[in-house]
Order: sequence, then structure tokens, then C-alpha cells
Amino acid sequence: MELDTIAAISTPMGEGAIAIVRLSGKDAVEIAGRLYKGKIRLEEAATHTINYGHISDPATGEVVEEVMVSILRAPRTFTKEDIIEINCHGGIVSVNKVLQLVLKEGARLAEPGEFTKRAFLNGRIDLSQAEGVMDLIRSKTDRAMKVALSQMEGKLSTRIQKLRQALLETVAHVEVNIDYPEYDAEEMTLDLLREKSEFVKNDIEKLLQTAQQGKILRDGLSTVIIGRPNVGKSSLLNSLVHDNRAIVTDVPGTTRDVLEEYVNVRGVPLRLLDTAGIRETEDVVEKIGVERSRKLVNEAELVLLVLNFNEELTPADEELFRISEGRDRIIIINKTDLPQNIDMDRVTELKEGQPLVTTSLLKDEGLDELEEAIKQLFFSGNIESGDLTYVSNSRHIALLNQAHTTISDALEAIESGMPVDMVQIDITKTWDLLGEVIGDSVHESLIDQLFSQFCLGK
Amino acid sequence: MNYHGGDYDVIVIGAGHAGVEAGLAAARMGADTLMLTLNLDAVAYMPCNPSVGGPAKGIVVREIDALGGEMGRNIDKTHIQMRMLNTGKGPAVRALRAQADKYLYQHEMKKTIEETENLMLRQGMVEELIVEDGEVKGVVTQTGAKYNAKTVIITTGTYLRGKVIIGDLAYESGPNNMQPSVNLSYHLQDLGFEMVRFKTGTPPRVNSNTIDYSKTEIQPGDDVPRAFSYETTKYITDQLPCWLTYTNEETHHLINNNLDRSPMYSGMIEGTGPRYCPSIEDKIVRFNDKPRHQVFLEPEGRNTQEVYVQGLSTSLPEDVQMKILKTVPGLENARMMRAGYAIEYDAMVPTQLWPSLETKKIKGLFTAGQINGTSGYEEAAGQGVMAGINAALSVQGKDPLILDRSEAYIGVLIDDLVTKGTNEPYRLLTSRAEYRLLLRHDNADLRLTETGHKIGLISEERYERFLEKNREIDKEIKRLKNTVIKMTDEAQKVMEEAGTAALKDAINAAVLLKRPEITYGHVAKLVPPEAPVNEDVAEQVEIQIKYEGYIAKQMEQVEKLKKMENKKLPEDLDYSAINGLAIEARQKLAEVKPLSVAQASRVSGVNPSDVSVLLVYLEQGRLKKINSSEESSSSLAE
Repeated sequence: MELDTIAAISTPMGEGAIAIVRLSGKDAVEIAGRLYKGKIRLEEAATHTINYGHISDPATGEVVEEVMVSILRAPRTFTKEDIIEINCHGGIVSVNKVLQLVLKEGARLAEPGEFTKRAFLNGRIDLSQAEGVMDLIRSKTDRAMKVALSQMEGKLSTRIQKLRQALLETVAHVEVNIDYPEYDAEEMTLDLLREKSEFVKNDIEKLLQTAQQGKILRDGLSTVIIGRPNVGKSSLLNSLVHDNRAIVTDVPGTTRDVLEEYVNVRGVPLRLLDTAGIRETEDVVEKIGVERSRKLVNEAELVLLVLNFNEELTPADEELFRISEGRDRIIIINKTDLPQNIDMDRVTELKEGQPLVTTSLLKDEGLDELEEAIKQLFFSGNIESGDLTYVSNSRHIALLNQAHTTISDALEAIESGMPVDMVQIDITKTWDLLGEVIGDSVHESLIDQLFSQFCLGK
Repeated sequence: MNYHGGDYDVIVIGAGHAGVEAGLAAARMGADTLMLTLNLDAVAYMPCNPSVGGPAKGIVVREIDALGGEMGRNIDKTHIQMRMLNTGKGPAVRALRAQADKYLYQHEMKKTIEETENLMLRQGMVEELIVEDGEVKGVVTQTGAKYNAKTVIITTGTYLRGKVIIGDLAYESGPNNMQPSVNLSYHLQDLGFEMVRFKTGTPPRVNSNTIDYSKTEIQPGDDVPRAFSYETTKYITDQLPCWLTYTNEETHHLINNNLDRSPMYSGMIEGTGPRYCPSIEDKIVRFNDKPRHQVFLEPEGRNTQEVYVQGLSTSLPEDVQMKILKTVPGLENARMMRAGYAIEYDAMVPTQLWPSLETKKIKGLFTAGQINGTSGYEEAAGQGVMAGINAALSVQGKDPLILDRSEAYIGVLIDDLVTKGTNEPYRLLTSRAEYRLLLRHDNADLRLTETGHKIGLISEERYERFLEKNREIDKEIKRLKNTVIKMTDEAQKVMEEAGTAALKDAINAAVLLKRPEITYGHVAKLVPPEAPVNEDVAEQVEIQIKYEGYIAKQMEQVEKLKKMENKKLPEDLDYSAINGLAIEARQKLAEVKPLSVAQASRVSGVNPSDVSVLLVYLEQGRLKKINSSEESSSSLAE
């Protein structure tokens, strides 16, 4: 009933100087050993060493790759199982060949995140760390990587533990009033409960605010470029993609969605929608018209509305303003290299205080300003640089939302004059939910708190 | 020389609070039962505080009553005072507490036992069990009597290798200088049971005539007549008060100066004491910033001058105890009648038990009460009644009765013990119950009478009354939900009296009852039922309507729990062969042998990932495979 041995390419496809095939499981060393030729046999290599050699196809004897093989024996590994990492040259062909050989020798292709799952199942990491790692796997920008890292290091855990401790002390106080009604502890009044509950509610709200940013960091800010034909949508798309490193999104086993592209704009990951539509022919957009734009705008979290500096505003422009009303939006007035014909007063009126950038994409002007505007819009300038405690995992967000509901219920019960022990039901529930976020809901700690906080006896 | 003493279905060793309930339940279920106790004058003895009930514990007493047990009826006949606690809070935490006349309590209980059919009470010290092929067959007493039995229940309290400690004085003794039971403890160890050493203590007693009550605060009983038992119809109206006073700086100073003479700090005591029941020296050391501690003066009975000094539990030397008393207002001239002491005793590690309280090691052998690591008369009695029921069911060849955590505090208590074990004497607290809104003082009969009737401990007559009460509750709730209260002058007057907002429109009677200020009385005044309902029916109607939302929420959680309770695990599952379980979880699960995934999830050291591994294996039907293939366990890594 041993867990079987899994393998996968654990570096992004097609990028970087090296690519790594990773194996985990009790047969990892044996499987790799059958393919590896080096100074010593892999089975005899010391643990936590890296060994130079070649991978060859046992069927033909043909050498397929020059490699460095890391051998990490259980239990001091990420999954607590034997791990082999075969470092190949970058590129797709050779690493794929190595993977195929490994699979042929008995390993099973890992499902996405399965290494982490094993680390979790083998007790190597706790739930919130595991989910942090899952996000790490999927993180699409450097910043998202940092958020995932800090969650793993337990920043979220620490913050939630603080919150739980505050709740625990409150609950213990209520409990001592209940279990020791004659004990001379101050009565936990509804007023005191209200104060504590409001504090906790506010903090949960703060955490949830970061959740939105965390989600964007992970999934990308869905962005649509709209505008009449020939205003420069295509140039804008190209500039954004060329100026910024395009991000590879492929998770093994999924095909890349050709309709979307990811770019990292100053730490903000943009998921550009309908890029194929923009690239293929701009005429099509005109034909499908406003309906299509409207649909895209509805899907988007950020709208880039492009206007032509050289032309007067048309009814179509005004319509685009109208359909993107109320959205996070940046107005881009392109073609400033040509004479002005646009009515800037009217534009100012229509943009409703939202950011406006003038560009000449032809001359590579104004792109910096646009990127800065995107960054400002997203981070709102109020994120402290070191504060990366984003809640970026949807399970955490769901639990925090539930916790927010239960603490709100508690406050409502306080307002309607429910007895403390009823109010306490929702407070305890909040404590439990927060515990679920960090994978810790041991009830015994309440009893411990009770006896360390109060002096009780017969 | 051994001689044949007799043949019984059930033998109960011990006649304390666990023993008497066990014996009575078994005998009443028709089992031929023998109760053996060290001293017939110590039946249902209260060696510590003279009180029964309180938060959580009081609810246990009601549960015992609903199951046909004796504690509730007995205290109703023998108390000197009764109070409902937590009346200012919600219904879930209200609890009844009685001050007992501890002598009357004993006499009354002994009388009941003597009058019970199928029940033989006899003095004798059991030294050995007769065990054949992992099954208990009987007991042997110190005097050589050999009794055969199909089942045996051990309820030895603090008597097992008991040792009393007062200052630097220590001697082998049961509570209050009773004879200890020494050989049985060694015998249990020989049989392979793991034992632990626990400690508890009791305060000094003083003579009431020498207390200056004018310096204390009076603590009277409730004016309203109260009762634990659903069968009680005669109420005691003549109540005695308790009194409250406090320790002070002088007391604390004195104790601090004598700490070196305390066995707690000299290392003489090896047993683990409970955190919730610390001695006064413990309180002063651990909470040295607290300027005073409460001291309750509780009469031990109507025909004695002895007063229990609650709050001054201590094992300091006798001369220090006398000095301590003199520092407390009201006790300046008090004469001490008995000194406080600490007592150490052997208890069994309770994870060696199935939830039926039968030992895993020896079939037919049950244990209940303090021997299982608990403290408190009510906790003991709750286990006693369950052990008695299950021994009798076992004799009848029936499945055991196991109450779950959503049914009864008794269920919480036993599940905690057998699943988590305990590293200190275990006390029930309301906070140990996840569903305490369902486990109320007021609905113990609604929860358990059906069960009590089914096993034959509740009479037909009482059962009929219970069914009638149920019908009336349902009928009245239905009526209120279908009744509209019109916006009349009379209605507005009632609103004003109740201190709630005036009606803006006609309102549904049930909706109105949900307002915190409104009682069933208010509603019934405006829209009275055809015939007035009983007070206990009115109480249920009010609680069930008023807290409907909260109750529904807890019921939902209970449904989830039941799903996990229904995922059964085989008793003999080889956890070492389940990959993905943490090493600690494997060991703990193999030790506890949980009967369901829900119970497994409560085993300490088993974390959520272990539970998901168990679920995954269950889902995939792998547990079966693991159990049937021995060789798989040998292929394990680590």
C-alpha cells in the first residue's frame, strides 16, 4: 500500500538554462539508477549529493542527455520520500525524452501539485503551508511568488493565531462565568463582547481586503483593451508584451489558452483578454461591434480604453465610455505624434476622474506613464512594501468570509440582547473557522486557557 | 481457604457514587447483582464537598435521572439547599446545584439499595479477579469468598493504593481514613492494565458554633422549590444557607512562609492533581497577584456542626492549617474538626476502555468513576449508570448503549475519556461539549427518556407522562406559530410591561416570543391556550421558539458529525499498514482503536491530514484490503 513513485518536469517549459525532472517515491532511486550512468551507481551515492553523468535509453543504449542528478533520500526531503532530481539542459526536447524514459521505467506522471500533496500527507507541512505551496506552483509573477513564500513562512498563520488568541481569551472569560458562576471573575458583559467582536471583525475585513489583491497576484488582473479600429490597440498590446516579460502559464497537461496573454507590469500581472481578436484583424472588431466589447468589459477587472488624438470623438467612442462606466479604467490617448483633433474637455468630462495617459506608441512615448498608472491603480499607493500578508488562496478566502459572517452574527445577537452564552456560540465558531485556515482546531486549548487565565478551585 | 460465595450476573466492586448507580441499574434491568464494598457505612459517601450538581454536572444528574438512575431522586430527598445557577444567562448553561446533607444522602441511598430486588449489598474487599481466556469470570475477596459472575464492574474511587498526605505526614489510607484497597491495584497491573497516579485533596472542616457568620455574606437557596428528578413531587422547603468569606494578604503571607512544609513543593507528592481544583497553596503560588480568594462555608448536614470550608483545600501540616483558618474573617476563633489532606490514588488509563466502559483487554470487565481518571460525584455516577446498563445488556446478549456527544454530557464525558484519555483528574465543563445548546438542563428528559424506557429503566407510567409532555409541547408550538396577535390596547400594555417596543402591526405569536424581553407568559396572556399548559411545557415552548435559529444551526452540525460517526472503522484495523498516516497518528489510533472516523478525528495526535488519509482509504475500500493482507504491513518504510 506504499504510495507509488511519481515524476514530472518541475521547471517551466521552454525557459531557463536547465530543466529538471523530479521523481518522488520509494522506487525513485532505483528507476533513475536504471537510466543513469556515472562514476558510481546512483544507488551507492550518498544522500543529498549531486552527481554528474548521462541518461541513456536502456532499450537502445543510446545516450539521450548529459545530466546532474541530485539524490535526496527520505525522510529529509520535501515529500519525506526518496527524491531524485535530474537536471537536464534547457529546452523542451531532451527533458521530455528523459521524462518519457522515467515513466517507461515505472514512474507515474504526477498530477499538478502532487508533490506538495505528498508533503502534506506525509506530515511534512501543514495545511496552510501546503496551500501556500500550491499557490507557489501557480504563481505567475515575482510578487505573487513573494506572497506565496511569506504565507508559507507562516505570516498568515501568525496573524490568524493572534486573532484566535484574542478570541480564545474572550471565550475563556465567558466560559469561566458559565462554569464557575460564583467565582469572582468580572462578568463578561455584552459591552465587552461587542468591543472584542468588533475588533476581530475589523481585522478579518482587513485580511479580506488583501485577499482581492492576493487573488489578482495569483490569477492576474483580467484586462481588456477596447477602442475603435485603428486607434492603436494592436500596437498597445505589442508594446505591453514586448516591454514586459511574457509569462508562461502552462501547467503540465493543459493547453495554453491562445485568447489570453499574461504580462507582468511592474509587479502587477495582467491577464490580457481576447488578444487573438485584437491581433487577427481589427476590422473584425468593428463588425462584431460594441456587443463584443461590452461582453469583454464585463469579464474584465481593468479596462484600457484607447482613443485617437488625431481624430474627433465619435459616437462609437462615447458608447465605449458608456459601456465601461464604473469599471477600473485607464484612458489612453494615442497618436500624440499627430496633430490634435480630439476634444480634451469632453474627454475629461467623460473619464469621471479616472487616470488618463497620452502616448505615441509609434514613437515609444508614454508607455512608462501607462505602466505607472496601472501599478498605482492596483496598489492604490497604500501597500507597505514589506507587508505581504495577502490572503491569496480561495479556501482561505472562503473561510475568512464565513468567519466574517459568524462574527457579524455574534454582533447582531449582542444587539438583539441575546444572552452571552448564545453570543459565544458564534464567537467560538469564528475561532474554529480561523483555526481551519491554519489547520488547527483543537478544542483542548480552550480548557488550557481557562485554567491558566483564571484561578479556580474548590 | 477459599469458599464459594455465590453466582451472579453482575458484580460491582465499590459502592460509591459510580458503584451504587451501576448496581441499581443492573439489578433494575433484571440482572442478579452483587455489590461488594469495603465498608457498608461508606455507601454513597461524600468524602469531599457536600454538594451535587452545578454547571455541566447538574445536567449529568438530570441525564442520570432520565436514564432511570438514582442520584437525582436521592438528592431531592436529602438536600439542605438548592439553587439554579446562571439564571441570568441562556437556557443552555442553566444548572441546578444542591447542598447535600451528606449523612442523609448516604442513609437514603443505602435504604434504596437494600430495598431493590435482585441487588445484594455486602461488605468485603475484593483482592483478585478471576479471569479465564481474556474473559472475567468472578472475584475473590480478602476473606476468601469466591463469587462467580458473568460481568464485573470496578468502581474503586480513590481507594486504590490510596495514600493520605498532611504536611510531612503520609500514610496508606482511603478517603477520610477509610481502609485503602492495595492488592487489587497490583492485581490489575499484573493483568496488564496501565495505571497512573492521580492526586486530589479536601479542605478542613470547622465547627459551626465557632464561626462568626456576621463577618460573612449569606448565600441562601432559591425561594422557588427545585428538584433534579422528573419524578420528584415532594419538595423540601426548609433550607439552610451557605456563607461566603475571603482570604486576605495575611493568609497568603502565612502560606508563603510555610511553603517549605507543603508536600506539594517538597516533592513528596508524585500524583498529578487537577488544575481546576488546586489547593490554596497552589492558588497562591500560581496566581500571586490575586489579593483574595473566595471561601464558601457549607454545612455538611442538618444534624451536625461540621462545616466544609470550600476554597481552602490543602495538604499543609495541621498546625499551619489552623493558623490559616484564623486569618479568614469569620473564622478567627473557628475550631477545626478535621484537617484537610491530599490523597494520592491509582487510576486506570481510560483509553484502555471501549466507549461501553468495558475494558479492551478483558471481556466482561467494566470500570467506572474515579478509577477511570475522573473527579466528582456526578461524573462518577454518570459512568456508573452506563457501566451498569452495559453490563446488564452484555448479560442479556445485547449491544451496548453508547451515548454520543450530541445526546448527553455523559456521552461527552465517556468519549473524552476513552478517546483522548486524561493526564489529570477529569472534570466536566460545559465548554467540553460542542453542542451544549442541545444538551440543556431542561431537556434531559426529552433527550434520554426514550432510551431509558427502551432498556427497561423507565416505568411505563413515567414513559406515558413523557410522551404526553412531548405532545403538549408540539401542540403548543404549532398553535403559537399559527396564531396572530392583534395590535390591541391590551397587547400594547403587555409590550410596555415587558419593556419591549410597541407593536407596529399585528404579529405572529411565535415571532413575538423571539423578542428577548418577551416570555411565554406574556404571549399566553394575550392568546391563551384552551387549557393552561404545565410550567415545564411552557419552558420548552419558550426555549424552542426563542432559540430556534441557534438550535437549528447546532442540529446541522450534529448531522455532519453523525455522518462521520457512521463511517465505521474495524476494531482490529492495522494502522501501521496505512501509508500516509503520521507515525504518531498510527500509534495513537492503534492504542485507542476508534470505532468511527469521527472518534478517530478526536484522538489527540491525529491531525486533519490523518483523517483525510483515513477517509481516502475508506472511500477506496482499502481498509478491507489492508486488514486481509498481512504482508503489506511489512513493506512499510520508516
